[in-house]
Amino acid sequence: MSRLPFTPDEYGEIVSKLTPPSRHLRGYLRAFWVGGVICVLGQALTLWAETLSLGETTAPMFTTSVLVFLGTTLTGIGVYDRIGKYAGAGSAIPVTGFANSVAAPAIEFQREGAITGVGARLFTLAGPVLAYGIAASVLVGIVYWLIRGWVL
Amino acid sequence: MSRAGKQTFVYDRPPAIVAHASIAGPKEGQGPLAEWFDVVLEDDLLGQKSWELAEMEMVRRCVQRALNDAHMGEDAVQAMLGGDLNNQIIASSFAARALGIPFIGLYGACSTFVQALVLGSALISGGDLDNAVCAASSHFCTAERQFRFPLELGSQRPPQASWTATACGCALLTAPGEGHSGPLRTTCGTVGRVIDLNITDANHMGAAMAPAVFDCIAAHLSDTGRGAGDYDLIATGDLGWIGRNLLLELADAAGVALPPDRLIDCGASLFYQEQDAHAGGSGCGCVASVSCGWLMKRLEQGELRRLLLVGSGAMLSPTSSQQGQSVPGIAYAVAIERED
Repeated sequence: MSRLPFTPDEYGEIVSKLTPPSRHLRGYLRAFWVGGVICVLGQALTLWAETLSLGETTAPMFTTSVLVFLGTTLTGIGVYDRIGKYAGAGSAIPVTGFANSVAAPAIEFQREGAITGVGARLFTLAGPVLAYGIAASVLVGIVYWLIRGWVL
Repeated sequence: MSRAGKQTFVYDRPPAIVAHASIAGPKEGQGPLAEWFDVVLEDDLLGQKSWELAEMEMVRRCVQRALNDAHMGEDAVQAMLGGDLNNQIIASSFAARALGIPFIGLYGACSTFVQALVLGSALISGGDLDNAVCAASSHFCTAERQFRFPLELGSQRPPQASWTATACGCALLTAPGEGHSGPLRTTCGTVGRVIDLNITDANHMGAAMAPAVFDCIAAHLSDTGRGAGDYDLIATGDLGWIGRNLLLELADAAGVALPPDRLIDCGASLFYQEQDAHAGGSGCGCVASVSCGWLMKRLEQGELRRLLLVGSGAMLSPTSSQQGQSVPGIAYAVAIERED
């Protein structure tokens, strides 16, 4: 016996009608400027690194290390989650966001110990990024190896 | 004890709510109901080593406070009924370990407190227990790590998301005629069905639970032959303000009269809009603390005479969500009335 006046489809429509939408334009603007600032910072670091004659391959590694250090530190002092709440993908996509996604579970799961806590949970959020990132780079490498004779 | 209709217990010997206590977290203590809570925590870790132990300590303190108010020792309490949102309801069972009260662990997600009142009242009315303490709790930090993300992760919530309340509520029920018992009685309780209208957004718990809440209220009214007008107030658990609007739509379409001015939601009442709780408060502690803090006190003051308290729960787990299952809802209703 059903007392419900709606089918799931009808109810779904009413739910979407009564649920306020996310404020997309505001979200895009915030993500754009915060993400942009992080990227400008990264570029500045790279340029600076080059003046220190770190070289073309070492300079980006230097930049990444500094940004990861920053992201981790800001997570540790409880600031990055506020930036993330404001900027969304603007602070999640850059490498500082990757650092945040590793540091946050490291802090959270300390109480479960070094092995089953931090060790096991460290990559719960970053794991998919690593797995598919590495898989994609292997795939691209194979494609490159196969076609380099024609392309280059 | 007798029954009415298919889903409702009628408590022929209506149990008395002799004492009740509520504890709210720091954020909840800045909300509109702050002055109604018995205790507002300054530190949501309560001096403990982990959030889980903090929630356990909150339950223990809350039960202790209700017992102190009733001048009753733990030894005199025959049963503690309760639960929380942690895996294997550890906050409640660990609190029961500390209190040494025989424990009946329950899980009705965020409806657990009302589930406990419905069952505790049934056991007392039926003569199986002389008294029982009903408690439920939730803690923002234990719920976040279990159901969502680590606290320090920089992520955004959608507008329909709710905010798990750090709160606990506890009510002590006794059989009628046991000493000085105050005016509050539980008179009937309705056990809801698990209802699923295929909401798959685990953030949108108000939408997932509203159909179950509607079904439970409709069952209660039809089983008891009462109308919504027989209650001064119908208080739902944690539908939030969007879920409350959905409940009104459902009632309207089904032709069940549910006057908006007599319908409040505990979750929607717990925070100010500026507190960034989005759709409102949620969690087992939400309906427990708001009813034990605010609503029962208003009943005692005589401002309300008959209250229908409807707990709402979303029966999801992280596993069911990850496997793409929809979110079923459950609800329990208990009528709390002044005896005089």
